[in-house]
Order: sequence, then structure tokens, then C-alpha cells
Amino acid sequence: MDFLNATILLLNYIFVPALAYGSQLALGAIFVTLIYGILRFANFATGDMMSFGTMFTILFTWYFQSVGISLGVLPTALLAIPFAIIFMIGYMLLIDKFVFKYYRVNKSPPVQLAMVSIGVMFVTQAVVRIIIGPSDRRFFDGEKFLIKAGEFKEMTGLNEGLAIKSTQVITILVTLILVSTLFWFLNKTKTGKSMRAYSDNEDLALLSGIDPKKIVMITWIIAGILATIGGALYGLDKSFKPFTYFNNMLPIFAAAIVGGIGNPFGAFLGGYVIAFSEILLTYAYRKFFMYVLPESMEPGGLVQLLSTDYKFAVSFSILVIVLLYRPSGIFKGKVL
Amino acid sequence: MRKNLNVIAAYGIMMGLIILVGIFQSWNIALSIFNLCLISAVMTMGANIQWGYAGLINFGIMGYTALGGLAAVLISVNPVQEAWNAGGSNILFSLFLIIGMVLAVRYVLKKYEKSKIRTYIIATIIILGIIIIRFVSEPGIEAIEEVDPAKTGFLGGLGLPIIFSWIVGALFAGGLAFVIGKVALGLRADYLAIATLLISEIVIAIIKHEDWLTRGVKNVIGLKRPAPYEVNLQQTDWFINLVEKFNFSKLNLISDFTERQAALNQFVIEGSSVFVKLCYSGLFLIVVIILLILTQKALYSPWGRMMRAIRDNEEAANAMGKNVVKQHLLIFVLGSAIVGIAGAMLVTQDGLFTPGSYRPMRYTFLIWVMVIVGGSGNNFGAILGGFVVWFLWIEAAPIGLYLVNLTTAGLDDTHALKVHLIESVPYFRFLMMGIGLLLIMRYRPKGILPEKIEIK
Amino acid sequence: MAFFEGNNMTGGYGKGPDIINSCSVNVERGEIVSILGPNGAGKSTAMKAMLGLLNLKSGSVIIDGKNISNLSPQDRVKQGISFVPQNKNVFAGMTVEENLEMGAFLINRDYKSVIDEIYDLFPILKEKKSQLVGELSGGQRQQVALGRALMIKPSVLMLDEPTAGVSPIVMDELFDHIVKVKRTNVAILMVEQNAKQALNISDRGYVLVTGENRFSGTGKELLNNPRVRTSFLGG
Repeated sequence: MDFLNATILLLNYIFVPALAYGSQLALGAIFVTLIYGILRFANFATGDMMSFGTMFTILFTWYFQSVGISLGVLPTALLAIPFAIIFMIGYMLLIDKFVFKYYRVNKSPPVQLAMVSIGVMFVTQAVVRIIIGPSDRRFFDGEKFLIKAGEFKEMTGLNEGLAIKSTQVITILVTLILVSTLFWFLNKTKTGKSMRAYSDNEDLALLSGIDPKKIVMITWIIAGILATIGGALYGLDKSFKPFTYFNNMLPIFAAAIVGGIGNPFGAFLGGYVIAFSEILLTYAYRKFFMYVLPESMEPGGLVQLLSTDYKFAVSFSILVIVLLYRPSGIFKGKVL
Repeated sequence: MRKNLNVIAAYGIMMGLIILVGIFQSWNIALSIFNLCLISAVMTMGANIQWGYAGLINFGIMGYTALGGLAAVLISVNPVQEAWNAGGSNILFSLFLIIGMVLAVRYVLKKYEKSKIRTYIIATIIILGIIIIRFVSEPGIEAIEEVDPAKTGFLGGLGLPIIFSWIVGALFAGGLAFVIGKVALGLRADYLAIATLLISEIVIAIIKHEDWLTRGVKNVIGLKRPAPYEVNLQQTDWFINLVEKFNFSKLNLISDFTERQAALNQFVIEGSSVFVKLCYSGLFLIVVIILLILTQKALYSPWGRMMRAIRDNEEAANAMGKNVVKQHLLIFVLGSAIVGIAGAMLVTQDGLFTPGSYRPMRYTFLIWVMVIVGGSGNNFGAILGGFVVWFLWIEAAPIGLYLVNLTTAGLDDTHALKVHLIESVPYFRFLMMGIGLLLIMRYRPKGILPEKIEIK
Repeated sequence: MAFFEGNNMTGGYGKGPDIINSCSVNVERGEIVSILGPNGAGKSTAMKAMLGLLNLKSGSVIIDGKNISNLSPQDRVKQGISFVPQNKNVFAGMTVEENLEMGAFLINRDYKSVIDEIYDLFPILKEKKSQLVGELSGGQRQQVALGRALMIKPSVLMLDEPTAGVSPIVMDELFDHIVKVKRTNVAILMVEQNAKQALNISDRGYVLVTGENRFSGTGKELLNNPRVRTSFLGG
């Protein structure tokens, strides 16, 4: 029986990776939920918009690297993100002006807007692939690990090592800062409150003198920030590949709906629900049981509930169950 | 007649384009485009019944297509006897357990009132069931997958002619749609879209990773054909004579006997693959025509009228005593079954089943572009959409290349921008689809051939 | 010249048929005026026309001698006209205090004192100020709706069936509140189904039929008019 080693094992293979992955999903899910709450459609271009923002982050990173600017131990991408955000917001506002605005003004049903977003998805995907290509790209530089598994073992004298990648820490910290700023903005500032009011009751918001054009513009700006940062963090932590980003739309949707679509705080938590359940259900617990159970009871197999092949399927099943039993999501309540 | 003029014109232009491809590129390419256009048309008809007739969004087309493909494998491949001996009993027993589990859940659902306890009981049954099934099936699965993994490693199929799979594919897809429809059809439109999209991903995940059933990403190749093989044709006398007759004038220009023979051989090789494709075209055309007749009949029947009534005003139809839920389920199953047929047709034509190739862009979103572009609610429109969009999807690369060469004509051939653009030509198809979809939705929201219902 | 008047208004929604026909309504400050009539008479439409929610083919809307016929609803709000719709008249997912703040969206100076005035008028709202409006009772919600509309310190308050769907006791309470609002020198125009009770607190009333003025007069006159009584007040 060795609970200390068992805990470190779980921390290393489940908790830390899930927290990082959950943060990345959470940012995407808030993006989906904001657009759903204020612009009132399910945005099927989510994954590709994130890859668009990430593409600019990579381009700027390359540029900074080529002129010799770096952040030392931190990845250069962090410096590139603000510039990428500017381009991303420009792109979002451009799309809104030429595509989405028409349907909004005509009060088209949400389904039609969702279809239009599929058109945007195709175009964005093409633009990304034409500019940067479809292949896998890594753009991380700087110090890779905060704690290396070997160092940790030496330090503590335990059998199990705890490796913490710097990208994981950056992801979690940036997410926390970004999300708390966003919630402060939505709950404490006049503009933020007017966004919530618009999401809650559009007609009454108009009667109160809230300017819909301004609300829509701010929504796209916030969405652009979220998509760029969420995408860049995912790319730093793993790697950038347009097809993966397109696919990431699915767990992101799952997170947004599980959290109660239209509710940013729910989406935030939903990201972690999805990430943790994916990893918890597909992790092989054999080693864990070897630590906590007496030798005679050691399990023979991998003690894995589902093979890792079904990682995505887990989150989708959770979503389907939530949709069936609680269509308004687990954390319903306040809308936006 | 006048009102059909635009339909005839649209189809005429489409056929003209395909013939142009035949003349300028090759008849082989033209026919393979034509065949896939036909398959796409079947898929769009399925989606169109759901969306155009009933307003149901089904973003799970990819899943039904793959199930149709799976049917082709399970029907046509010969059974693998060793695999059955190795693990067949475990698999059958697991299947038995699954049925038992479903029955148990149904029993609990019927017997007890809705309550927290009931939910927990059902959850327990399902979790226990999954654990037991895993225990039972695992040794069997492992044994099956060990049987000559390079060639088989799966149970195989029934060894029947592949054409049967077109019906079985429809049954598979319809069955899945029944289950999904039962649970998900109550959802709001955009939730239904997301739910079906995600469920289809689950279906693909299962097909990809349950090697004992599908061989997974190892693919199944060399499926039986309903059409003759090129190699056999090339040695058949009547076929050689036929080709000779066809190319008589060209062959006569060549005086030298050996040269003439070589040219004839070339014609025979080309001709054989064209002939095989023509066989497929014939089969596919029959399916398309049968489906078109059935769907048109349905559209103008009292049932079709009721479906439109439900689509346009669900509450009113409900108040008039129409069972909306039941009709939605029916149409969801029917539409999905048609997509299942298309899935089986696709695998039949390719002669191989590659689970890794099922991606939502190609099999769900592209089909939706077809439906929207063609004209939802109108079967002729849906079929035309399948043709136009597939044609553009294939021809986008040559068109893109032409455009790139045109716009960068002033640049040197080794100029970085030009090289980069030429390398990116394959992605112009996404751009074209996206822009096409956006333009159609903006300026012709009802599609090229809009829905036209005349009540006589 | 009354303080707020709609003169000979004719129009309908979009390209549809005219719903109101040469209909005229006016109200003075510190006065309650009710618009009554059978279903489909165009009562709400007349009110919405004065707010600018539909395009008038002819006629004019004038406030304090200024013609505002061509202003958008938002700009009319800036002129001091506040409107409480019949349905969805609160932000259900926000707290009571946030609802009031949203009512003051167009006010750029400090509005804390206005919120305090509203709390004085509707004491229950102060008690529940950080509760979600969606969790309040029907009567309390209507008070929130009134409070939100009063945040801009309007000179004209328009109410579309403020007592629809509330119990008789709550209705009396709401009417009391409306009278209190009137005493702050606000012109109140309301559409009501509960005609008798509405006329009891109204200074004047209009009866519309098929989009045209049929009767008008003080509350008492209308209550005592036998034809109005038999046709619209149920005997």
C-alpha cells in the first residue's frame, strides 16, 4: 500500500493533463456559448475560427524568431498572441459584416444562421490551408518543463515522477486570468451587463436604449480573443493541425451544451467536465491498483474502462445523456 | 411544360458539363464523376426527405453512410471459419447479453414509474452489463483478431452477392436512425444537429476500432463486384470485337498490323474500365430512378401533404390530430435508410471499405451543401445539387490551378508565392464550396430549383 | 395641446393591412389615460405606434410641442417616453438591481439616487434587490418592470396590460402603485383588459373599435355611459 505514489501517479497522468485540456476546451466552449447567447446561433465554424487565430499566432512567432526576438524561458508565441488577436478580430468583424449581419437584420431563424456558419467553416478552412498548409506544426520554444519527472523523483525519493510541462502551467494560468477578467466584465461593467441584458431579452434591451450594433461588435471582439488564445494554447501544448482543430469543435460543443448553452460559467465548468471524464474513463488504472491494493489482489488486466480509441466517444456520450435528461445543461440557471 | 423548363435546362447543362469533361479530360474521369454524382444524389435525396419534407436536421449522414459500407462488407465477404471457431461463441454470447440488457432496461422502464430510483437501477443495469460483456467478449475478440491479422483478423461476412447489401445497408442505417430518433428527435433544431453530428462520430469510432467486426483501420479490400472485372473483359472476344467496332475509323488509319494490334490493345484496356464504370452507372441510375419515383409519389400523396403541414406549422398539425412525433420518427428512419443505401453503393463501387476515410467534411457537410444548393424540398433540386456540387468538388482543383496560373502569369515559375499557391490548389475546393454555399444562401435561399408545390 | 399626443394615426405592421385608422390619443402630465376596447381593436397597436414600433402612413406623434413622428423607438426613449411591454418585460436572468441599472442605460450621470427613489416607491424591490427576477412572483415582476421603465425619469409612461395574468389582489396593489407613479407628475397611458378597474383609477379613457376612436371622456363619464357599459364593461 503506497498512497503517496498512487496520488502522484494520478496527478501526473490524470489531473494535470485534464486540467490543461479542460482549460483549452473551456475557452472554446465560452466562445460557442457567447455566440449562441448573443448572436443566437450554433457556430459550426468554431474549430476553424480557432485555427485561424492560431495560424496568425504561428506566423507572428516565426517572424519574431526570424528577427531574434524571444521571451527567454517563455514561448515566443505569448508575444505573438496580441498581434494575432488583432488580425483575428478583423477577420471576425469582416465575416460578420459580409455574412452574418444580413441574416441578423432579417431576423432569420437560428437554423439558417447555423447553415451559413457552415459556409464560413468551409471558407475559413480553405484560407487556413492555403496560407499555412494542412500539416502538423509545432511552434513551441523556451523551457519545456517546469518540473521534470526525473528531478521530481530525485527531490522526493518517490518511485513515481511528476512531470509538469510549462505549457500546461501557462495554459491554466492564462485561462484563469482570461476567464476571471471576462466574468468581471460581464457582471460588473455597464457594457458587460448590457450584453447579458441583450442575451436575456433582446426586445426589452432595445427599448432600454441598448445599441445592438455595439453589443454584436463587442461580442465578436471577445470571441476573437477567446478563439485565438484558446487555439494558441492548445497548439502550444500539443501541436497545430487544421484538421485536429476542426475536430476539436465536437468536444467543445459538448462542453458548451453540458454546461448549459448560453451560460458562460457553465461552459467554463463544462470544459473541465468533458476533459476529466474523457481522461478518467480511458485511463488504465493497473499501476494505481498495484500501489493501493495488497499484492495478492493485484489486477491482471489493464483495468481500463474504455480503450483510449473511444476518448471522443466518451464526451459525446456524456453530451447525449445530458441532452436527453437535462437539455438545459448541468449548470443551468443564469443565462449569460 | 413551361414550368419544367428550368429543370430540363439545369439538367441539360449539367450533363453537358460532364460530357465536356469526357471530351477534354477522359471518359474514364467523366464516368467516375457521373457515378459519384449518382451516389451523392442518393445521399441528398435521403437528407432532403428529412430536411425538405419535415424540417429535421440530420448532421449524422456520415454515420449512416459508414453503416451502409459496413453492410457491404458483412454481406459480401466470405465468413472466416477459423475466426468463428476462435471467438464466435463469445461474440454470440455477448450479443445475447446485450439483448438481455436491453430487455431488462425496457422491463424496468415499463414496470416502474419515473423516479430517481428507477434511473439508478437502469444505470446499474447498464454499467454491470457493460462490465460483464467486456469480460465475456474480450477473450473472444482477442482470439478473433489473432487469426491471420495481416489478411483477416475479423469474423468476415456472409459471402452473399454484394448487391444485397444495398438493402441491408438501408436496414442498418434505418435501425440506427430509429434508436437515435427515439431519443433525440424531441430536441430543438440546433441541438438535434449537434447531437446527430456527435452520434455519427461515435458510430465511426466504433467502426474504426472494433477490428473483430470491421477490420478497423486495416481496411477491407477486394470486395466482390456486381460488375465484370477489367482483366476478364480484356480477354473476352465479344468485348474486343465491340471495342474494335467502336474505334473502327481510328484503327483503319493505322496500316501496320502490329501497330494496329497495339493500338487495339490500348483501346481495349481503356474500354474495359469505361465499360465497368458504365455497368455501375446503370445500376446506380436504376436506384436513383426508383427512389425518385417513390419520393415524388410520396411528396404528392396525402402523406406528403401532411408532412409539409407538420413542417410548416407543427403545433397546428398536432392540434389537428396528426401524430407529429411518430411522423418525424418515420421520416427520420426513411431518410437515413436511403443514406444507408448510398453508403453501400459507394463501397460497392470502390470495392474497398476504409473506415478511416469517413470524415464529417466529406460525408456530412458536403452533402448538406448539396441539399441547400440544389433546393431543399424539391427532389429534382436535391439530385441536381448532388451533381453540381460533386462536379465542382472534383473539378475545383483544375479550375483552381487554371485561376492560379492566370493570376500569377506575370510571375516566374520558381517564384515562392506561385509555387505556394500551386501547392495549395487542392484546398480551393473548400473555398469554392464555402463561397458557393454563402452566395446561394444569400441570393437564392431556396436553392437552384426551389420547392414548388401545386395543389390540384 | 396636450403634453403627449398621437393625432390621426393610420398604419399597420410591415406591409400588412392598416390596424389603426385615423386614431387619436392624448395625455397630460400627472394624468392616467386608459385605452379600452374589444379584442383586436388596435389598442396595443395604437400605443406601439406612439412609441415608433410601427411605421405610420399618416398622422403625427407630438411630445411637449415637438414632432417626433420620424424618430426611432430608441430616440423616443431619449425624449423621456418609457414603455412596459405586456410580455417579457423584465430581464429574467438578471438581479432586480441589474434590471433597474439596465433601465438607466441611457443615463450617463450617477443614477444611484434614482434607484433609491424606485426602492422608496416599491419597497419590496429593495428587499429582493440581489435576487434573480426570474425567481420572483408575478406581481413583484411587474413592479420590477415598472421600476425599470421609471429609471429614465420619464415624462410619459406607457403600460401594455400591466395587470394581465395577475390575481385580483395583486391587481389592486399594482393599480395603487400606478397611481403613486402618476403623482410624481408623469403622464401615464395604459391599455387594459380589466376595463372597470382601470377606469376607476383613470382620469380619462378612450374606447377603440376596429382601430377607430368610438367613445372618449373622463373615467366617470365612460363608466356611466350606458352604451359603453353594455358593450364593453359587461353590463
